[in-house]
Amino acid sequence: MVKELILVFIATVLVNNFVLKYFLGICPFLGVSDKLSSAISMGFATTFVMTITAPVAWLINNYILVKFNLPFLQYVCFIIVIASLVQFVEMVIKKFFPLLHQSMGIYLPLITTNCAILFMTLQLVLKDYSLIKSMVFGFGAGVGFTLAITIMASIREELKFQDVPESLKGPGITLIIAGILALIFVGLGGLIQVK
Amino acid sequence: MQRTNILFSDFIKGLWQQNPTFRLLIGMCPTLAVTSQVQNGLAMGLATAFTLLASSIIISIFRNFIPREVRIPSYIVIIATFVTIVSLFLKANFPEVSKDLGPYVPLIIVNCLILGRQEAFASKNPVYRAIADALGMGIGFTLSLMVLASVREVLGMGTLLGHQVIFGNFRPWVIMLTPPGAFLTLGLLLGLVNIIDKAVKARKEKK
Repeated sequence: MVKELILVFIATVLVNNFVLKYFLGICPFLGVSDKLSSAISMGFATTFVMTITAPVAWLINNYILVKFNLPFLQYVCFIIVIASLVQFVEMVIKKFFPLLHQSMGIYLPLITTNCAILFMTLQLVLKDYSLIKSMVFGFGAGVGFTLAITIMASIREELKFQDVPESLKGPGITLIIAGILALIFVGLGGLIQVK
Repeated sequence: MQRTNILFSDFIKGLWQQNPTFRLLIGMCPTLAVTSQVQNGLAMGLATAFTLLASSIIISIFRNFIPREVRIPSYIVIIATFVTIVSLFLKANFPEVSKDLGPYVPLIIVNCLILGRQEAFASKNPVYRAIADALGMGIGFTLSLMVLASVREVLGMGTLLGHQVIFGNFRPWVIMLTPPGAFLTLGLLLGLVNIIDKAVKARKEKK
């Protein structure tokens, strides 16, 4: 059981990295990765929301949607869950951890439209994960996102002092670097056989 | 006359000046994910364009009734409804395409292009202008997906829309079909668009 959970975790972080394999969360990946500190805050905020969203989405799917035979409401339900959870998390953090809110406050509302989260909830239904496995999956997806955006931000901080061709400045060179990073992660593909 | 002019400029700006993919850099997730083949790029483009058009019309009609405080959740629910329709339609009529696009169809809901246009345009303008804007943006998005997909499909498989286009001793660059190929192609295309844009501007200044 524990072994299986560890496998799911490593598979989601490294082998099936959400950003570099499935192209999820590209908007924050390109937009918030120019400073290391903000990239890390964004990563933590996303991981936090994902870990909470996964079990809630699982419960709603199994106890409401499946039970009452309403699969066509899946998209609408999940997006409402995500939007309201993000709002809720923001309120809780603002009330109890004002310092934390200062550092990641502006990133929280952006998370609603991070496609990685909706994708994650749909995947855990598709893969028929158990409740605990879903949580590990959500956490792993968040860690994978944090890993990718942190690596990217570190490279871009160095890039400021480099001589980049005029027309590739900004998003162009960022995407090319992402391509090289993705190449590295393709190399990790043989690490685990994922079903 | 003036009205047609406004409509035309609303429409045309999505194609080049404010092209969602190459200029505004929004809606990148599906752009990169489904463009390994032209057919899938086209399907995703059209699905997004339909959702954008339908939700723009609805939101533009109800723009004075939706309270400002809850506008984002209301937009998302409207968009999600249309995406559900698209998803069921694809599943029923084009099961193969639906299988290829897989999990990326529901992700149209959180495509920032759609939410962005509602927030920036449809919620502030009358229906006829919202339609022009949505059509322009939708077609611009579809075209740029197809440009990206053509490059990747021709180099990655030597085919275009499933027909062989490169003959002879060509060995396909399989890397173009994988995620790294997607990032590299889009990065280089962005550079190309910037060069073209600069050349066009320089020419205009000369005149």
